[in-house]
Order: sequence, then C-alpha cells, then structure tokens
Amino acid sequence: MAQVLSPVPGTFYTQAAPGEPLYKQPGDAVAQGDTIGLIEVMKTFIEVKAENAGTFNGYKVENGAAINAGEPLAELED
Amino acid sequence: MPIERLLIANRGEIAVRIIRAAKAMGLHTIQAHSEADANMLAVRMADEAVCIGPAHAAQSYLNIDAVVAAAQSTKADAVHPGYGFMAENAQFARALETAGITFIGPSADTIDRMGDKVAARQAAMAAGVPVVPGSKGRLDTVEDAVNVAAEIGYPVMIKAAAGGGGRGIRIAQTEEELRKMAPQAQAEANAAFGDGGLYLERAIISPRHIEVQIMGDGTDAVHFFERECSMQRRRQKVWEEAGAACLEESTRAHLCDTAVALAKAVNYVGAGTLEYLYDSKTKEFFFIEMNTRIQVEHPVTEMLTGIDLVQEMIHVAGGGKLRQTQADITRTGHAIEVRVNAEDPFMQFLPFPGQVGALRVPQGDGIRFDHFLYEGYTIPPFYDSLLGKLIVHGKDRDTAIGMMASALEELEIGGIKTTKPLHLALARDPSVQADDFHTQWLEPWLTAGNLKPTP
Repeated sequence: MAQVLSPVPGTFYTQAAPGEPLYKQPGDAVAQGDTIGLIEVMKTFIEVKAENAGTFNGYKVENGAAINAGEPLAELED
Repeated sequence: MPIERLLIANRGEIAVRIIRAAKAMGLHTIQAHSEADANMLAVRMADEAVCIGPAHAAQSYLNIDAVVAAAQSTKADAVHPGYGFMAENAQFARALETAGITFIGPSADTIDRMGDKVAARQAAMAAGVPVVPGSKGRLDTVEDAVNVAAEIGYPVMIKAAAGGGGRGIRIAQTEEELRKMAPQAQAEANAAFGDGGLYLERAIISPRHIEVQIMGDGTDAVHFFERECSMQRRRQKVWEEAGAACLEESTRAHLCDTAVALAKAVNYVGAGTLEYLYDSKTKEFFFIEMNTRIQVEHPVTEMLTGIDLVQEMIHVAGGGKLRQTQADITRTGHAIEVRVNAEDPFMQFLPFPGQVGALRVPQGDGIRFDHFLYEGYTIPPFYDSLLGKLIVHGKDRDTAIGMMASALEELEIGGIKTTKPLHLALARDPSVQADDFHTQWLEPWLTAGNLKPTP
C-alpha cells in the first residue's frame, strides 16, 4: 500500500472543477505521473501526480478539505 | 461625522497598516478575521476582534452579509476595506450605507462609474485626461480604418468591435500593413462574432506603467505625485518606485494636474490612483483605469511626501476636509518598494507557505518593512502570497537602490521560501540601475535565466 502525500498545505480537490468527474475511482489503474488531485495554495493551483504506478484504493480526504504538507491524500495498491 | 470605532475588513499586512494608522488617530480598532486568521498579527494588535466565517474568502472576507453583521454587532461606525477583497465592491459600499456605517472610500456610485472602463474613459476625456487614441465607434470599411489610423498615428492595434479580450488583435506599423490586415481582421471578426466591425487604437509598444496618487474630500482634490510600477510578472507588480525618474518635470506636472482634474470632476472622496501607460519614446501618457482604493504600493508615496495616506483617507471619509493644499505636498528624494512573497523564485514562483522561523527585520533611517509576520506564525495557504513590503527612501534613485540591496541582505525570514533573491538580483541588474525597463521587461529577463541560485 502506497500513500500519495501532499507536497504543500492548501485546499485539496478530487476533481478538476465542480461537476467534472473524479480524477480517480477505486479500482482505477494508476500510471506513474497520473494526476490524482488538485491543490489550491495561495490562489495557485498545483496538480498532484502519482510517483508510482498501482491501483487506486480511494481518497483519504474529502473534496474541498484543508490539508497540511505531508498529509496523505490517497492510497494506491501495488 | 468623525469616526470613533473602525472595523478592518481585510487581513495580512494591510490590516496591520490600517490598525497602526487608526491607533495613531486615537480610534478604537476592531479586526474582522476568518477562522484561519485567528492568530494573525492584526488580531493581536487590535482592541478587539470578530470572526466573520470560515477560511475560504468567499465565506468570510468576501461575504457582504457577514462583514456588515460583524460591523453592527461590534458597533463599528466605519469599515476600512484595505485593498483586494471588497475594496472596490459597490454592493458592499451600498450595504454599509444602508446600515448607517461609513465605508472608507468613495461612494458606491463612484466605484461603479470608475470601475466601468468605458464610463471611466469618458469621464477622463471630459476632464481633459489623455486616453489611448482610438476610433470613436465601429469601422466598417478598410478606407474608414485607413483614415482613422492617419489621425491617431501608427502603430495601430486592430480589434474586433464586437470582441473582447485579446482575441484576434493585430498590430499594423504602416498604412500598407493596415490595408493588408484590416480585411483579414474583418473576416475573422465576422466568423467569430457574426459582426465584421473593427475598432482601432494606437498601439503603445513596451510602455511603462505610471500611476498618480490622488486624494479627494468631495469638493477639493490633490495629488501626491506619481509612481513607476513597470516591473511586473504576470501583470503583478514586483518592484515599485516614487517618483518616476524617466519623466521630465513638465510631463510630470501635466500628468499630475490632469489626474486632479478628473478627481475633482467626479467629486472624489478618499484615496485613489489613476493608472497610465507611458510611451518613453514620444513622452506621451494615456489613462487606462482608475483604482478607487488604497494600493499595495502606497508606502513609496508616503516616503516621498512624508504624509500618511491611510490616516488621510480615514479623515476625509469621516467628513473632514483635506488637511493639505497642493502647495503643502512636496517630494523629497526617491523611494523604492519590493513585494516579498512566499514563493520560490527558483521553482516557477511556486507558493511556499509555512511556519515563520527566525525573523530579522532591517532597520535604520529610510527603511520600512510593512508586514504581518512574527516568529512561530504559521502562514495560512488560503490567501495571497504577499508577506510584506520592504521600502527604502534615499536622497536619489542610485542611493535608494543601494539601500534596497543592503536592506534585502539584512532581511531574513526563516522557514519560508521568499522572492528576496529576485529582488536582490534586480537591485544588482545594470538595466534596473539605469532605469531602462518597461512592463514587458521582467518576464523575458527571467526566461533568459538571469536569476540564478547563489552557491
């Protein structure tokens, strides 16, 4: 089990915009470099990318949640 | 009615700045804050504090009902909006007026009028302020375009009359180019908007951004000279100066006098800024827009003139008359401000909030650091990245640049990546030292790799 950690503090989004599909659903295959989520930090948006390939296991935080740097955002199974 | 209890509806360094001004005037200060800002410096400094909602600005600092309710519950008789957030929100100004609370700024009608680009341009023209020369209305034929271009002067910018934004803009240097481009622009406008009408405007190539600070009391108005703010990245000002060393004295006088004429023509109350494009080749200036608030870079003007602009805007909002005549306002030396942001300049200016470690603030004659930091403070990630503004004032521009470099070397903000290395590199750059730059200068300079990490 691998965790995707937040590189910066901010607000986490599981979709690119309201009404858009989630970046990943449980069971989805994840390739290295796939976008897992979006973080808004100081009015700037940063895409969070998977560092390893695996199978998506689910988000650890809700869409729109405030997060800290280093906080787990999602889990991947090898 | 003189103001006694002031609510500050903003955060960060400007909230601190407003509290200092209000305390100097003997006012009771009430700091509004979001849930994420309960520990900010302005909350600690204010006489009292009131929470206006969750971290997200839309639910707190941009929430008209929440801010008006906070002002009422704390019995504030006035609200200072700072800059950004609701500083130029006419609906907010109206809501306060309805509640019988003074908005520190111009009337809602003035905010509406000057916030509308077309109405502002008309008001400027009526007051004799030069605007970018352009066609009076839509142009339907190439011959019309050629005739108008001969009047307004080349190079000209060709736009779709029905269009918006930068779409399909062409620049013609000569009549020959215009004759070639106008039919293309017509065809494109027709395809995009179903309307082939064109609009022509003089193209100002590599302009400087110069602005004039004004203050009005509803009857009279004065100016506090100009600022030079051409050093910009993504349209955000990075380094600002007062005055603009590139201006000749006669140009400066004309620029400032016409700004006052516009302020008087609209019976302006409060602090305002008229922004201009300046063509250093032809020495012409053109009004682009007016900001009806105190600006981030107001300290350079305060250093140049020795007048506290925030106190003056509170004074006139309370019904006071201007306390300075134009003759009382003089300029001494040269002032420079840099915006220290929580961004990593070596990582595409990625925001870098965090906890403030050891803090060393430069001190001395002519040095000022407007900020909201203290050791151990955690900067929330929800708002903009401005940490503070370092301002220096010296006897001339060269001296001020030298002072800026030493003050920056002294400044230390532990635990956070900041834009300090960018400002140090700019202070040491020969083009900056020679005052040879414009609004399109900084981004290519960065792309060319002029900012290098120091080993």
